[in-house]
Amino acid sequence: MTKVSMTVNGTAASGEVEGRTLLSSFLREQLGLTGTHVGCDTSQCGACVVHVDGKAVKSCTMLAAEADGAEVATIEGQAAADGSLNAIQAAFQEHHGLQCGFCTPGMVMSAAALLKDNPKPSEQDVREYLEGNLCRCTGYHNIVKSIMAASGQDVSALAVE
Amino acid sequence: MPKDSGIGASPKRREDVRFLTGNGNYTDDINLHGQAYAAFARSNVANGKINSVDTSAAEAMPGVLAVFTGEDFVEVGGNPAGWYIESRDGTPMKEPKRPVLAHGKVRHVGDAYAAVIAETYEQARDAVEALEVDIDELPAVASSVAALAEGAPLVHDEIETNLCFDWGWIEDNRAATDEAIKNAPHVTTLELVNNRLVPNAMEPRASTANYNPGTGDYTLYTTSQNPHLTRLLICAFVMGIPENKLTVIAPDVGGGFGSKIYHYGEEALVLAAAKKLGRPVKWTADRSESFLTDAHGRDHVTTIELATETDGTFIAIRTSTLANVGAYLSNFSTCVPTFLHGTLMAGNYAVPNVYVNLKAVITNTAPVDAYRGAGRPEATYSIERVIDKCARELGIDPIAIRRKNFIKPDQFPYTTPVGLQYDTGDYDAVMDKLEEIGDLAGFPARRAESEANGKIRGLGINSYIEACGIAPSNLVGVLGARVGLYDAATVRVNATGTLAVMVGAHSHGQGHETAFPQVVAEMLGIDEGLIEIVHGDTSKIPFGMGTYGSRSLAVCGSAVVRATEKIIKKATKIAAHMMEASEADIEFKDGQFSVTGTDKSVAFGEVAFKAYVPHDFPAEELEPGLEETAFYDPANFTYPAGAYACEVEVDPDTGKVSIERFSAADDFGNIINPMIVDGQVHGGIGQGIGQALLEGCVYDEDGQLLSASYMDYAMPRADDLPFYAVDHSCQTPCTHNPLGVKGCGEAGAIGSPPAVVNAVVDALQSAGKDVTHIDMPLSPGRVWAAMNG
Repeated sequence: MTKVSMTVNGTAASGEVEGRTLLSSFLREQLGLTGTHVGCDTSQCGACVVHVDGKAVKSCTMLAAEADGAEVATIEGQAAADGSLNAIQAAFQEHHGLQCGFCTPGMVMSAAALLKDNPKPSEQDVREYLEGNLCRCTGYHNIVKSIMAASGQDVSALAVE
Repeated sequence: MPKDSGIGASPKRREDVRFLTGNGNYTDDINLHGQAYAAFARSNVANGKINSVDTSAAEAMPGVLAVFTGEDFVEVGGNPAGWYIESRDGTPMKEPKRPVLAHGKVRHVGDAYAAVIAETYEQARDAVEALEVDIDELPAVASSVAALAEGAPLVHDEIETNLCFDWGWIEDNRAATDEAIKNAPHVTTLELVNNRLVPNAMEPRASTANYNPGTGDYTLYTTSQNPHLTRLLICAFVMGIPENKLTVIAPDVGGGFGSKIYHYGEEALVLAAAKKLGRPVKWTADRSESFLTDAHGRDHVTTIELATETDGTFIAIRTSTLANVGAYLSNFSTCVPTFLHGTLMAGNYAVPNVYVNLKAVITNTAPVDAYRGAGRPEATYSIERVIDKCARELGIDPIAIRRKNFIKPDQFPYTTPVGLQYDTGDYDAVMDKLEEIGDLAGFPARRAESEANGKIRGLGINSYIEACGIAPSNLVGVLGARVGLYDAATVRVNATGTLAVMVGAHSHGQGHETAFPQVVAEMLGIDEGLIEIVHGDTSKIPFGMGTYGSRSLAVCGSAVVRATEKIIKKATKIAAHMMEASEADIEFKDGQFSVTGTDKSVAFGEVAFKAYVPHDFPAEELEPGLEETAFYDPANFTYPAGAYACEVEVDPDTGKVSIERFSAADDFGNIINPMIVDGQVHGGIGQGIGQALLEGCVYDEDGQLLSASYMDYAMPRADDLPFYAVDHSCQTPCTHNPLGVKGCGEAGAIGSPPAVVNAVVDALQSAGKDVTHIDMPLSPGRVWAAMNG
């Protein structure tokens, strides 16, 4: 067992892990941060996306030990302290960008990483960026719309409603 | 001005906040004190004789608490098929036992034959690797065609055949249909495959069981679309647990699409293990297990014939289909290819003769059951593909041939030759709407533009009908259903005027927590925010049948209406008492009870309070409290219908297909929440395009699953799909449920595959290629081969 320490959503966190313990397992099982979901075992679905030192990472594909000393951000740290949703979360609610909610944490974390690098993405930019995030409910229509809306773009004319 | 609350409004979904902030509560998020973990040993051969399972090494592994094998469940029951089907010759369908763990034989790759319980998940997985199993691999059958071949290996020796049943619908139509086809001036024949799919809800299945030895009570947290059905199956058929001793809780569920309707052996295993160990036991599937063991969808091989006059008037439809049902009969597996498929084979058309023959075939593959649409996509695909081919053969416009044969508005109610009575519809109106929103008049210009860019453009049209809210119980009982198909709701008004509405339907993406309050708020004239929906917990909700078949609003929503009507009736009595008036003189409007012709009135909230503080109630005449339950059993199915258009571009060099425009005009009857309806249609279209272009569940001849991960099974991704134009302004309300609603959950998945394939065939034809059909998924390789074949 190895001791790991990291900062998660601004709070110091540490625990004993096996060498094979994944970051996603550490977050979910040891820290109780169950907002990060695991939907596959081949790094395809993206439900587990978190930020490690500011970069979007699939936490099922990173060992907890590799995140030792890192700054980790998860879905639980995205809303303001008073509970109000951030711009991406609010846009997802406004534009019905989620249904069952399982892929949603990963979608929101991926969207945040996209908008950090590309503040006004085109539809194609968003679709290509989301290659690593699977959603089975929405057909992606409202997810793409939500992310474009969160970037401040007018989405009212994107498709006939 | 759009409404901002009640029926027809689109309030933001209240469930979103917890999902957007990581506060959802899915089964795997639930951890019970002292829980142990289960892992399953699964067959890596498709057909095999189990000689022995030596558990000793596994039992000696660190942390191992118990090992179960098939032997441990020989005495308990099997997981049954929920629908009895009789073959054409009157013989009953073959029903092989489906045990909790395989015993004697394994019958598909992934079939579980043992389970290990250990202190940690990793220890349980490690110990599964240490099981010493001796299985003789036997020849296997993976396809329906192979399974029916002369001398084919048997999946279940004891039933002596792989043919589960040979069903005719309707057998009395057979001779007339044969005769009509024989004498018809034109017959179009098409052989097609409805490709096998894996549902792939993003949340893998999971089950955690707890047992209290002091009371004998079990609790099962599980990923279910219908907790009461799961409880009934476990108690009455599999485990024999008294129904009052098992609580089944389906908390937040991350999508279902059919795959979480059914009871699976893992649920029984964790219950048995929790009892044996006196500790909670948790199991969560990984994605590989989902691919191997979740019930799959579709997998039909069909020949369809459409007989017409030379002017395109339909005379007869005859189909012959092999449906692969997999190694065991999953709970709805026998009704999906029959009563959810054969009964829809008249489509939206006035066609006098229809006969369906369907053979259900047992194979060495995962069980196949309902997946979004369930039978209706298969019916629609067959009909709409053969119509397209026929139109081309006769030189008739694909929209014109459909319009020519549509059942007309003045023909409703319309009884089809395959046993359904469509209550209402206006298919021309929906087609008009499609032409408008899809700008079909602009297609030639867009085709020219594509051509200028070196691409081949095609337009595909589809018109579908489906049957939702499967019902009524008295009819489905005659047809073989072993359950009723009603639903239930309890409306509990609290003393302070807030409400809890307990519903039998389960919400796992459909937004019931937002939409159901809209109905109740509209009826009671109160704020939606006062109303809470409770679902998913058998200890809290009335016995309901759950969520599938686009039934939630049409069936459970109707139960909510009926229970709310009872609330109004009772509250009227109380209000009359409060205002010392006769009940007959009380009017209820906008949340106020008033005495006609006076200025006396009391608010709904005041009545609620009085109901629980009944100091002056006449005890013999007026009961305290304000809580009512209603069970609703529909009079008929509902019949959503629509018309879809797809425009594709095909790259002539690579065969790659891209969806350029997709338009959907649906008639869902009345709409409660347009935002949610749009979202349901979007999602269905995404899955339908996935089936048409990308997804294919592939077993090799030996029954090995070749597409068992997201590296191999092509899920639709954001850049595979376009924005969709959707419209549901054409509304012919359902005539027999109180909301006039029809259901919208599956339409997209039903209507889109034929639109896509018709578009690709149109594109290739326009480029002078003699291609009349390509089987789904239309991968670049298949399209290229068709173009160059």
